[in-house]
Amino acid sequence: MYQYDPYDHQIITQRIAQFRGQTERYLSGELKAEEFLPLRLQNGLYVQRLAPMLRINVPYGMINSTQLRRLARITRDYDKGYAHITTRQNIQLNWPDLADVPDILAELAEVEMHATQSSGNCIRNTTSDQLAGVAVEEEIDPRPYCEIIRQWSTLHPEFAFLPRKFKIAVTGSNSDRAAINVHDIGLRVIKNEQGEIGFRVIVGGGLGRTPVIGSLVREFLPEKDLLTYLDAILRVYNLLGRRDNKYKARIKILVKALGVEKFAELVEAEWAHLANGEATLTQTEIDRCKNFFTEPAYVTIDDNAAQAEVDAIAADNIAFEKWLSRNLCGHKVPGYAAVVLALKPTGVAPGDVTDRQLEIIADLADKYSFGEARTTHDQNIVLAEVKKSELFSLWQEAKAAGFATPNIGTLTDVICCPGGDFCSLANAKSIPIAEAIQRRFDDMDYVYDLGDIDLNISGCMNACGHHHVGHIGILGVDKKGKEFYQIQLGGDSSENTALGKVLGPAFGETEIPDIIAGILNVFVENRHDGEQFVETYNRIGLAPYKERAYAK
Amino acid sequence: MPNNTLVIKDGKITDNLWKIVSEDHSDLTQDGIILPYSLWLANQNELSQRVSEGKIGLLLEGDHNLQEQNEGIADFALIAINFPGFMDGRGFSVARLLRERYGFTGELRASGGVIRDQLCYLQRCGFSSFDLDADINIEAAVESLNDFSEGYQISVDLPTPLFRRRA
Ligand code: SF4
Repeated sequence: MYQYDPYDHQIITQRIAQFRGQTERYLSGELKAEEFLPLRLQNGLYVQRLAPMLRINVPYGMINSTQLRRLARITRDYDKGYAHITTRQNIQLNWPDLADVPDILAELAEVEMHATQSSGNCIRNTTSDQLAGVAVEEEIDPRPYCEIIRQWSTLHPEFAFLPRKFKIAVTGSNSDRAAINVHDIGLRVIKNEQGEIGFRVIVGGGLGRTPVIGSLVREFLPEKDLLTYLDAILRVYNLLGRRDNKYKARIKILVKALGVEKFAELVEAEWAHLANGEATLTQTEIDRCKNFFTEPAYVTIDDNAAQAEVDAIAADNIAFEKWLSRNLCGHKVPGYAAVVLALKPTGVAPGDVTDRQLEIIADLADKYSFGEARTTHDQNIVLAEVKKSELFSLWQEAKAAGFATPNIGTLTDVICCPGGDFCSLANAKSIPIAEAIQRRFDDMDYVYDLGDIDLNISGCMNACGHHHVGHIGILGVDKKGKEFYQIQLGGDSSENTALGKVLGPAFGETEIPDIIAGILNVFVENRHDGEQFVETYNRIGLAPYKERAYAK
Repeated sequence: MPNNTLVIKDGKITDNLWKIVSEDHSDLTQDGIILPYSLWLANQNELSQRVSEGKIGLLLEGDHNLQEQNEGIADFALIAINFPGFMDGRGFSVARLLRERYGFTGELRASGGVIRDQLCYLQRCGFSSFDLDADINIEAAVESLNDFSEGYQISVDLPTPLFRRRA
């Protein structure tokens, strides 16, 4: 993992001192609320429906046990003893006191964490693949580049007041777990035919009110040119992006308005001035960052023997076997596996963790995974480096701590934004919908039989729950002051990115479980052997689902 | 337009020797006036001598297209960039372009809606003077220029990125 040097510490320390001063000026009435607003947002502080909310960056999802323990302590000392994993791999506190935030930030800085630019019209935390560095099919580890982008974007003097927020995602795999096609900039680290590393650059994707799949702007950008090219894109956006209407201010609207060819032409023209300048990455810097993400001290393991041992235990233990089948991911090193700790048992708001659980995750990370963990955009935790021989003992501990719900990737592994229970922008609640669905579909055998289903819920069109790219998406809408839910089908956040299609008129809250049941029945009745939900949908289209949902 | 009697210049509070005038300003013989781009364009010939003597300043808006309208821009002693509101960040890019691409070395002034908390970023983008809204406490504001002593990126005042300076 990346480790701060004195420069990183100095920058973040000065940032906290600056924000402490701003908070004091605000509390004393010297700084106007509308001026404090963007300043506090750029330090992670929202004011929500019930209380302030502090969003803490987890850079590209990487977190270590020391940081987890510190977060646990912070939730106890400054909050109500729990935190929330967001759909962008960050961690939120729901109840901090505004006046305490500078102290919280100082505590975070001690463990090399910050909340800089986790909100506001600026470059946000860069997200990535939760299996970065271990995925079997990964071509190149994206994390060194994520860190390079983190530093470049942190307190970038030119781009702190963009037309709107700006999100960058990076992956080095063909299986896209970072949803790069629905980000303002999506980067796929690739190797060209000469074996040189570079990036495929996708711009102008995004969810929200106007969901758009990003456009390819450059097929191959050499790695040394990463920052100058990002500067060029951001400058074009900063100068030309719309500022008159916040719903038309994202870069996706600019790319659409200009057309991607014209947009790319402007970026290239700007880049022609910046390329090969001082901001061009040096091999020394690339190597320095790569050195933070070298392989941990793996031991040599006979994979077949290790697997046979696991299989033998699983043969006698159905619960363990189910867990293995859903909560495990392959690993590029023989004898190892990546394990997903499930944060969505029924009855708990998806992504919520208690202080005690954070500490248990830290302990498990120390014991089983070289002291590191990752947050995932589907609001779970990954321990990426677990020996197969230790899976059974990890499972037992995870189970005791409530992390072993064997539902990863299934219907009940719901992605869900905080919604109307917390968020002041919400049209409707989202957490109770997730719970109603989890309760209705509590027969795990049925859920397993359904296979892979992404069910995503957002409480309004800002789409923090990524409902457009759920195989089943649920969107809270407001109809004459009442909460209703629109259903979309066929979205996909993977490398086969697709935006869901609206099924039809919205439903009332109590109807949702039945409607979902009907949709699942259509799938089960129509699927071919081995077909997943989204594949059946792609083959038969929306009509049969619609017919069932609105049948009189 | 603020046109305050005091401005921050090169890190210090000093008298404001300049005045922004409006598009319909008629007396162009005054010294120390800052003209909107259109007004200057319309009177370019008769003003060019006084521009090169450092007596006329230029006012640019955030949407000014420097690529197409940059002729003679480096000759001004002062260019002011107008910020219609502090959330409008276009001026940050315009400033860097003036400094890094169009050879402007004179006084670069941020004028209007910027707030104290942006001064450090503005300075990094090449601004050397600030004519802030009148209700801002300028003595306190000047301290914010020093909020940060280090930055990761290249900028006008720090043309080498941190990664090339790291030991
Ligand atoms: S989708 Fe809407 S309701 Fe949900 S967290 Fe985002 S803004 Fe709030």
